Order: sequence, then C-alpha cells, then structure tokens
Amino acid sequence: MKYLSEYRDPALAAAFLRQIRQKVTRPWVLMEICGGQTHTIMRYGIDELVEGRIELVHGPGCPVCVTPIETIDKALEIAARPDVTFVSYGDMLRVPGSKTDLFDVKAAGGDVRIVYSPMDAVKLARENPSKQVVFFGVGFETTAPANAMALWQARLERLNNFSMLASHVLVPPAIRLILESPTNRVQGFIAPGHVCTIMGCGEYEELVRDYHVPIVVGGFEPADLLEAISMLAAQLETGRAELENQYARSVTRSGNTAAQQVLKMVFEVADRKWRGIGTIPKSGLRLREEFAQWDAEKIFGLEDVEVDEPPECISALVLQGMKKPVDCPAFGTKCSPDHPLGALMVSSEGACAAYHQYKRHGDLVGVSGSMS
Amino acid sequence: MSSILLNCPTPVMVRETIVMGHGSGGRLSEQLIREVFLPAFRNPTLARMDDQAVVTVNGTRLAFTTDSFVVKPLFFRGGDIGSLAVHGTVNDLAMGGALPMFLSAAFIVEEGLPIETLRRVADSLGRAAAACGVEVVTGDTKVVEKGSGDGLFINTAGIGLVPDGRSLSAGNARPGDAILLSGPIGDHGIAIMAEREGLQFETPVESDSAPLHTLVEAMFGTGAAIRCMRDPTRGGLSSSLNEIAAKSGVGMRLEEDSIPVREEVRGACEMLGLDPMYVANEGKLVAIVAAEDAAAVLDAMRSHALGPEARIIGCVTDTNRGWVTMRTAFGTTRVVAMLAGGQLPRIC
Repeated sequence: MKYLSEYRDPALAAAFLRQIRQKVTRPWVLMEICGGQTHTIMRYGIDELVEGRIELVHGPGCPVCVTPIETIDKALEIAARPDVTFVSYGDMLRVPGSKTDLFDVKAAGGDVRIVYSPMDAVKLARENPSKQVVFFGVGFETTAPANAMALWQARLERLNNFSMLASHVLVPPAIRLILESPTNRVQGFIAPGHVCTIMGCGEYEELVRDYHVPIVVGGFEPADLLEAISMLAAQLETGRAELENQYARSVTRSGNTAAQQVLKMVFEVADRKWRGIGTIPKSGLRLREEFAQWDAEKIFGLEDVEVDEPPECISALVLQGMKKPVDCPAFGTKCSPDHPLGALMVSSEGACAAYHQYKRHGDLVGVSGSMS
Repeated sequence: MSSILLNCPTPVMVRETIVMGHGSGGRLSEQLIREVFLPAFRNPTLARMDDQAVVTVNGTRLAFTTDSFVVKPLFFRGGDIGSLAVHGTVNDLAMGGALPMFLSAAFIVEEGLPIETLRRVADSLGRAAAACGVEVVTGDTKVVEKGSGDGLFINTAGIGLVPDGRSLSAGNARPGDAILLSGPIGDHGIAIMAEREGLQFETPVESDSAPLHTLVEAMFGTGAAIRCMRDPTRGGLSSSLNEIAAKSGVGMRLEEDSIPVREEVRGACEMLGLDPMYVANEGKLVAIVAAEDAAAVLDAMRSHALGPEARIIGCVTDTNRGWVTMRTAFGTTRVVAMLAGGQLPRIC
C-alpha cells in the first residue's frame, strides 16, 4: 500500500535500528507526543527494539484522554435531552464522565451518533430541522480545522439548529509545561507529524530555542519512528538541539495555511483544562464571540459547570512522562478497558490502553513491558 | 510518593443497562453470557460454550445451533440478510464437524417493510439453502410496530448430523498444534461498513459470506486429527483464538506476516482506524490441527474453492497459557487481546 507498506518495511526498520545502536553511547529519555505514535510503538514493539539505549515515555497527545471530565459531563447532559441529536467521533463514547458515559446515555434513549467528519453533523442538522444537532468537537490542531469549517458552513447556511461543544487543545503549551517541570526527565521530543502538517514547524523552533532541547517532527509508521529516534540520538550524542523534520512527506515549514486561516476565523486561543493535568495557560481553543450562537455551552447554559478532578491522579504523571502505565497498582486489575478508571485506559491511543492491548503482562514469555 | 497519589479519580463503571458493546462478540458479550445466561440455563452441553451444541439422541449425534441476523443494510456487496442467515447457521453446524441438514427461519418484520423486499430476502434465503443442500423445514413470522424493529430481523436454527469419530471443541487445543486459517480476514465487516458509511474504494470490498461445510468435509477427508474449528464472525479472528486459548488453557503464538489481509481491506482499516484482527468474517474458518497433520489439511484446504489462500498462521504453546501473542514483522512480540466492547473509530 503506497505510503504505508514502505514505512513498515522490516529491512528499513533494521537499518535505522543499526544506526541507533551505532550512535548511542549512553541511555537517553525521549518522548513521543502523539497518541497515534504511542499506539504504533506498542503495536510494533519499538520500545523493545531500542531497550537499553533509548527509554520512550509517552506524551499527552491523545485528545480523548485529556478532555476534562467536566466536558464529558456536559456532553452527557446535552446528549440526554430529548430534543438533541448528539454527534461524536467514535472513541469519545466510552470515555467515563463522573458517573456514566455516552453509551449509557444512548442505551437510555439518547440520540447519540458516530460520524467520521464534522460535516456529517452539519448535514444531519440540515436534514433534521426539528432537532438540535450538537457536535462534540474535541481534538488537537489536527481535528480543529475541520471542526472550524463545520461551524463556518453552519453560519454560512444560517443553520440555527447546529452547535458545537468544543474542547480543543494545543500541543506546544503542553510540551512547555513538561519542560518547565522540575522533575522533567525528557531529553528529546518526537513532535506530532499530523499537528505539524496543519500548523507547520514555527512553534517547535521556539521550543528548541527556549529550552535547548532537540525536537524531530515524526511520522506514525514504525520506520518513521525509528528514523526520528535515530535523528534525536544523533543530536543528543553530539550536543546539538535543533528542529528536524523526519515527516517531510507531509510536513512543511509553514504548514497548511488555509487550515490555519479557518482556525483563526472561528477559534481563539484560551486557557484550557487538561484531564489529569489541570489548567494550562493558553493551551486550548474556544469559539470566537461571533460564533456564540453556535456554542453549545452557551446555548445549553453549561458554561459554569465545573467538576473537580483530584490533581494527584497517576495519569498526570503518565501524561508528563514521569511514570509508566505499569507503575500504577490499578493497571490491569482494577483498571482495564472494560472498566476504565481513567481516560488513559479508554482510547486505543491512550498510553494505558496501548500497554494493556499489546503488552499487558510482564510475565509473558517473549513479551516485553515488564513491571517496573 | 504516598499511596494516595496512585489512585485514579474516576469510580469503576459497572453497566446496569445493555449497551451496543454487549453485542460485539468481545469481552462484554462474554460477560453477559457468563453472568446472565449460563447461570439461568445451567447444563453441561451449554457450558462447553461452542458455536453449536452436540447432543446424542438414540445413539445419533446431532449438532444443534441458533443464530439471529440484524445486519444493516439488508442487501450488501457479496450477499444479503437471507443468504447470510443460511451461511451463518450452516457454518455454526460445520464448525462442530456436522453435516448440516435442516434449518428453521423466523422473520421479525417491521411494519411498513415493502413485501417485495421480504420476497427478495426469502428467495435469496431459499436459494442459499438449496445450494448448501439443506432444507428450511419450519418457520415463523412476527410483525412489530414501526419503530420497534429495523426493517427485518431473521432468526434461524439448524440441525446437522455429526459423523462418528468427530469430536470438536474449543477446549481441545494442545501445545504443539498448528493454527490454520482458510483465507484473508476482514472482508465481511469492511464490506458492510463501506455500505453503511458510503465509502468508495478503487476495488470494492465484497462480503466473504459463504457456506463452509464442504471445505470442512475436505479437511476431514484427510483423516487428520482436527481439534477444533471456529468461523471468526463478530469480534474477528482475535476473539475466536482468545476463546480457544482460554477454553483449552493453552497459549497461542501467531506470525503477523502469515495472516492474509486483502490490500483494499487493509487500506479501509487504516482509514477507519480498525484492526482487521477484530473485523467480522462470514466465510472463513480457523482450525486447530495436530502438527503432524497440518500439511495434509492445508493441502486439502488449498485445493478447495474456499481455501486457495489458506495458511498456517501460528501454533499452540504451553507457555503464556490463556494468551494469544503475535510475532511482528520486526521480530517483536505483542499481545493480541480480546476486544473490550465494539471497535470504535478513532478521532484522528
């Protein structure tokens, strides 16, 4: 399959692995930011391949995992209303709020639908004028432009029965938070290729400059990740801190300027709460005032809902790379994908769920990921 | 670090109502069977939890099974709800080593369904049964109010004869046995999803819906020691193998490279964020066979019209009991877990 199989080629992967083994003289701690990258690392056992030379810790780049519990509670409240068709990406349905999840709301009669694109939600609104169609707009800079486009389209068509419960987060402020932590162990970052496809590389150049930390924009296939690791190792071993682009087949320096434009027209940067971490200044997007009439929080009067999350949860430590999922005593016992205790166990891109799916038990013969 | 730092904030979710995941063939389905149905019906035949019950009546071994079909859309590339009902039931019998003989067909019809639609489905069901050499000998019709059904549901039951000397069960796998798969996985699930989501591929994916009983007979024709067979429908290949591993108390080691997946199915899975190991099949079987017989059974499968792409995909182990693991193309090993609920499309 073009653009896929060549980056899953074991021979290519082996070549990058040899490079890593040749370059590395001491162990380095690297973080991949995106949940999609975490998933690939677990699925192909990349961490196992580089063990002893590179320690991979898993970053906060899973939108499902970092959506705050109060946003989920707002979604549940809206979705339960009889006049509402609540529309979401699939993996948000299983995220537990403080009491229940969207699957339970659906089972109780709520009209909850899964779509692949926010434009499908706009279409639903157009075709069902008697229903309030609410789209659950979550995600990083990758999903935000499409969601912005849906709002733009709704305004253009004067669709008064469409709105969005928006909870968008931004990657660079989260990296900044990790780097400023006094307990930070991360020495280099694999930046999220899809986010940079949209936003370009500028913000990451600033991070490199401000913190003298090497960053490589990486792809999502096993050979991509091994190449990115090799590039980071080369920088670290020679004392360099630069921004490099491994994912050049998709990422340009300036990014997708049309997408950035629509983002700016619909959203503005705001402080945002991250599940398990807390509020990070200027780390999210909210709807601009001129889109207030499409803002579900305003329409349904949920702006002031706040749900406390104990900041002590281990998921915060996992999201910042200070702990591994298997360090949690609840991992695989009290907490599993059947009964997720925290959001990291919910999405297939959450670090805990990826560990559970692919390397659950340290005592399996030939399977790494042993309990630490 | 104090222990309070290691407690997750959210309470454990115990489901008190049925959610869609209970019907996914994964762990939620299994939980429902274990906690609701097994205690209510308690008997040793059911407790074997095979796709069919094998009972002895006056010295004759009969296989007996039932299945319900709720597929949407009713007509799809490669089949329809009628032919699927026959194939699904025939396959459940065949997986027990039975020769399928008689079927029942019950139709639960929603008010407002065009009779022409029902006629097309019934005709297709009849043709599929005739092609399999089975007869639909009894049936039932119920009509429910508009909104109480989804067009048409079909329930079937099937009876077959189990020839002497055949004893298949998910509990029979032994370390050293070979794991055989009859062909590429994921076709049915992706074909249905493509219809539902209006996805278009360069090469359209067709459901693999097909009756497997003649393939099974060809395999038994080799005289091999076949321990058990499953047709990996809901929950996909992963769920079938996990069930066998758990029932037999053995481990399984798969070779990722050896599991065939059509290019277009792989592409669709990539796009939709799905893993073909969990996608439904309706015309494939996985068999656990004594190692010394594996080559002969594989030959027989490959000589049959439904198995030209059959492969040995792994082996049964005495390590990692209860677990299915997979060696990746990179030489690493990962767990192939059972699905929790349904597979959910990812955000990005």
